[in-house]
Amino acid sequence: MTDAPSTIAERSADMLARATPSKIAVRVRGLSDRAIAWLFITPTIALLLAINIFPLIWAVYLSFTNFRANRPNAEVEGVGLRNYQRVLNDADIWIAMQTTAHFVFWTILLQTVIGFALAYLIDRKFRGHAFWTTVILIPMMLSPAVVGNFWRFLYQPQIGLFNYIVSFFTGIPPSSFEMLGSVSLAPWAIIIVDTWMWTPYVMLICLAGLRSIPDYIYEAAEVDRASAWRQFWSITVPMALPFIMLAVLFRGIENFKMFDMVMLLTGGGPGSTTEVASITLKREAFESWLTGRSSAFAIILFVAVFGLANIYVKALNKVKQR
Amino acid sequence: MNSVNTAHSVVEPTPTVKRIAGAIVILYALVTMIPLAWIFLTSIKSPPDSISYPPKIVFTPTLEGFCNLFTTRTRQTPDYIQSLPAPAGACDEIARSRNMVIAGPSNYWPRFGNSLVIAFGSTFLAVSLGTLAAYGFSRFRVPLADDLLFFILSTRMMPPIAVAIPIYLMYRQFGLSDTALGMILLYTAVNVSLAVWLLKGFIDEIPREYEEAAMIDGYTRLQAFWKVVLPQATTGIAATAIFCLIFAWNEYAFAVLLTSGSAQTAPPFIPTIIGEGGQDWPAVAAGTTIFLVPILVFTIILRKQLLRGITFGAVRK
Repeated sequence: MTDAPSTIAERSADMLARATPSKIAVRVRGLSDRAIAWLFITPTIALLLAINIFPLIWAVYLSFTNFRANRPNAEVEGVGLRNYQRVLNDADIWIAMQTTAHFVFWTILLQTVIGFALAYLIDRKFRGHAFWTTVILIPMMLSPAVVGNFWRFLYQPQIGLFNYIVSFFTGIPPSSFEMLGSVSLAPWAIIIVDTWMWTPYVMLICLAGLRSIPDYIYEAAEVDRASAWRQFWSITVPMALPFIMLAVLFRGIENFKMFDMVMLLTGGGPGSTTEVASITLKREAFESWLTGRSSAFAIILFVAVFGLANIYVKALNKVKQR
Repeated sequence: MNSVNTAHSVVEPTPTVKRIAGAIVILYALVTMIPLAWIFLTSIKSPPDSISYPPKIVFTPTLEGFCNLFTTRTRQTPDYIQSLPAPAGACDEIARSRNMVIAGPSNYWPRFGNSLVIAFGSTFLAVSLGTLAAYGFSRFRVPLADDLLFFILSTRMMPPIAVAIPIYLMYRQFGLSDTALGMILLYTAVNVSLAVWLLKGFIDEIPREYEEAAMIDGYTRLQAFWKVVLPQATTGIAATAIFCLIFAWNEYAFAVLLTSGSAQTAPPFIPTIIGEGGQDWPAVAAGTTIFLVPILVFTIILRKQLLRGITFGAVRK
């Protein structure tokens, strides 16, 4: 991997040198800093333009048409804002948005509470805490799709380990409830897997926050005879708050996009109980082939995430400045 | 993390507090390991053992799951199997004991190979491009630098499915659907934003004086970058690479929508492993185990380097 930067840089530098008029031609060796800056940045920007921005603009265009990807030869007509109107007036889509909000709320709440508690306990620096931190990290490194697929096995009503463990501790017969098949339990089945997988992430960011609090503050509090409870609420929580908020932001964005785990665990079912926005979008775009309409939905989602994230970052900066 | 030694400080928790904290954390860690342990145990169970009630912890281990993962089999009559020559290996023997004959290799290794090619290819590209761009942003005054950096970051906020619609159309147009090249370019584009942000943080920390000294000694800017900055940034580049690699290795949404045959990666393939009458769970578990092992090893060996990538470089020490 150490070869590429040089070859890419040199090759493009070469090209640039050749393209420069002879009068102001500089030898590659003497490229101006300005030229190097652009040479280094342009490939990345070009790639992002080609694979992120161009498709996005295309999606914006499609969202104003009645294009359907499974009928490439049909005539494409502009339909103005009709796609947006339809999406915003579609009751199913609002239900999907509510389902998404429900997931985002509960996963973030559980992950923040458990993650912060774990970080706080790990920061007590008991013997072997570094090793156990690594063990806790493992679930978040794994593929949500591949591991989510296996959770389907753990959730089997009669033979699944999850049901067995629940029945072992509560006495409820293991075949009397279906985590994935019942309307009331399916959302929680997904919330449990997401929490299992991503609590370590919140824990890590919280841990970084706790470790950024200098000891002398606690020492000063100790001199002032502040109780442990008081120290926790007046020092630990406020000083770790920007980090907690950052974790909430990252998890919020990720879970708003949640797709693979839901797709493999329930596929949106039973009925449409667990149909989050990404699943609805996939259904409309790649099963109903309503390309124009689903593009409009995609744009609305993107604007929503982007807008909410921006408002949130403003709030975060205010907390940081305090 | 380099806290001063506070052995006699008032802020050091008492031994009792430490013991209780340790016990809770260890209990949590062990509980979260149960699903992973179960994946491994299921992979070495026979199909009847894997679906027995109550779930079996003690059983005779077998390679049947792995055999079923690597091969496709057809059902035959016992008479026909009797007429065959002696079994050619352990898998053959297991298959015959279930009245089956091995028909050929399964698609698992080709899919696994695709995962390797696409993950390493995109990581290599993303880190190369990311290093150059990060150096550019770190050392030079780029007009609108903050806007460009924010733009680069914001490309990660889009839901993959939203991006997948136009990408799907574009790839169909250019013949990139279901090709390794298409997936490499796509993952590179997704990863490069992370790479630029992480690497800029690392390069910012290398003092400019190093390059300036080299340039006074007669190096050009490019030589200084190559011979002074890159060696200093090795740790950062490695950390970023691991992170890009894990993303590309685990990715599912794009893979399931944009690949179906020759370029399909392992994550969309593993859930489709089925046996007779439903999912062949030992084979799925075997495929999952093989797929997870590289990441498990990475996580344990490279824990320290990973920490920075996880927090998106936003949490600086």
